[in-house]
Amino acid sequence: MISRSLIVFIPAGYPRKEKTVDFMLSANADVIELGIPFSDPIADGALIQKAYFSALSSGFRLRDVFWIAKKFKGESDKKLVLMSYYNPIYRMGVEDFVMGALSAGVDAILVVDLPFDEANEFVDVCRDFGMKNVFLAAPNTGEERLRAMDELSEFLYLVSTYGVTGIRDRVSDLAFKALKRVKKVCKKPVAVGFGISKREHVMELFEAGADGVVVGSAIVKLIEQFGENADKEIEDFTNSLLQKF
Amino acid sequence: MRFGEFGGRYVPEILIPALEQLERAYNEFKDDEDFRKELNFYLRNYAGRPTPLYFAKNLSRELRMKVYLKREDLLHGGAHKINNTLAQALLAKFMGKERIIAETGAGQHGVATAMASALLGLKCRIYMGALDYERQKMNVFRMKILGAEVVPVESGSRTLKDAINEALRDWAESFETTHYLIGSVVGPHPFPTIVRDFQSVIGLEAKKQILEAEGSLPDAIVACVGGGSNAMGIFYPFLNDKVRLVGVEAGGEGVETGRHSASLTTGSKGVLHGMLSYFLQNEDGMIADTHSIAAGLDYPGVGPEHAFLKDSKRVEYTVATDKEALNAFLKLSKLEGIIPALESAHALAHLERDETLRGATVIVNLSGRGDKDIGIVMEVLK
Repeated sequence: MISRSLIVFIPAGYPRKEKTVDFMLSANADVIELGIPFSDPIADGALIQKAYFSALSSGFRLRDVFWIAKKFKGESDKKLVLMSYYNPIYRMGVEDFVMGALSAGVDAILVVDLPFDEANEFVDVCRDFGMKNVFLAAPNTGEERLRAMDELSEFLYLVSTYGVTGIRDRVSDLAFKALKRVKKVCKKPVAVGFGISKREHVMELFEAGADGVVVGSAIVKLIEQFGENADKEIEDFTNSLLQKF
Repeated sequence: MRFGEFGGRYVPEILIPALEQLERAYNEFKDDEDFRKELNFYLRNYAGRPTPLYFAKNLSRELRMKVYLKREDLLHGGAHKINNTLAQALLAKFMGKERIIAETGAGQHGVATAMASALLGLKCRIYMGALDYERQKMNVFRMKILGAEVVPVESGSRTLKDAINEALRDWAESFETTHYLIGSVVGPHPFPTIVRDFQSVIGLEAKKQILEAEGSLPDAIVACVGGGSNAMGIFYPFLNDKVRLVGVEAGGEGVETGRHSASLTTGSKGVLHGMLSYFLQNEDGMIADTHSIAAGLDYPGVGPEHAFLKDSKRVEYTVATDKEALNAFLKLSKLEGIIPALESAHALAHLERDETLRGATVIVNLSGRGDKDIGIVMEVLK
């Protein structure tokens, strides 16, 4: 699914679901990661928290995710990954959720707070329906766990640093070390995310062997800043991320 | 790792090694003689254990039952919280951590954590919902006097659940040097087990004391349930005995109003704060805002072992409203000269209503004292 791919994160329903589709279409990316708003996003920093709370308080519903996905996939052949916390999925029912995602054209699902060893039921259902899984790896994940999630994942999403999502000045040494280690242990492609917001970050990580790079909070910041008119900003910004020297 | 289907370890991958380290350390030290000796020393000489099991003569006459109060309100800090914070702070030292973080709602757990941290020379930061930070100014100040840094959390509903969220975010960055000292039988495995074990000193003492006083086990034990640590602490040593166990949740303004915290009574299964348990949530799985006159019960979830004990029917769970708790608060104060915490007053309120308890011998876990609630009660009675 990924190979030197730019993966762009867009929070659903911020500021409204119609604009989410526009933002997804205007991003110059290989893969779109659509974030599902949750009331208690423990892995996210202030920017994404705010986006989620804003979406929820203006009436965003879980089923709107499928509406957005369907609309987007109707107009684009880019890959689409859903990023969610587990409770909305659990509450809807794992089967109903996966079925809904599949029929909306979603390619893979990443559940932030569902480590692979708690995900048996989820993985089984996904397998039955032909939905792909993406699991999070971290710089401190042991080799045994990496191997196990390598088996289950379409690609691995490597968290670049300790902490939560957000904009950071530089990619930590920890990230490069971890990327090298994970690439050695795992057969599947590896995308790196958390704290990546500049063109030099993206380039450095591709140089270091990343198969994908995820940019999230920087996009959310553009939406926060430009609201309804962020389409053009997102397009320009994502173009600039991939620009060659 | 689970209580039936409940519990588990639903956290981002980055926290898994920290939880594995904690589990290993706990298994190593829980039966370690030096660890037990040091913990018992502090529980006895610093916290004030064992606490009395007091026969409440006047209340018993009034309620036509034999009521014993397990006096956790007499502990240092004024609540059962110190049992857990001393033990976990010692565990943190054994693990070589130099910093403690914790969440707090009303501030009782924050104060108990700040005390244990001061005692053992650990750096301490407490996360507190901004709303709680405003309404519990005295406890904020107490924590600061004890050397803790108190951080108001502005996100979400600005209450206890958001303080837990923020503590988890901190821990995802700081786990190498920092122990997250959770205050109740909630969170990802192994926290619910650790906190239950450290609180079960309450039930172990109560069992010995009631056998001395009555020559037999009680008919029933009643405790309030928010996250559920004081209830698990007193219930756990009695789980295999023929004793009725009753957990009382916060009914707030009445469960029919939606303004309450009764997650076992009216909630549904869900996953939050690392655990599968019962939660108050909407049909999309978004966690609901809660209400209780007792800030310590004001939490939209409950410990996973309680969820298991409810489904297996070993423990009965019921609710008491703000008003019923307030009446019980006033009654115990007048009849026995003991001002209970509003949390504990929920357990006392149940005695009034449950006709099947007339003539029975009952232990109520008086989990805390009510000094902290005087301001709130004054407002309500105005």
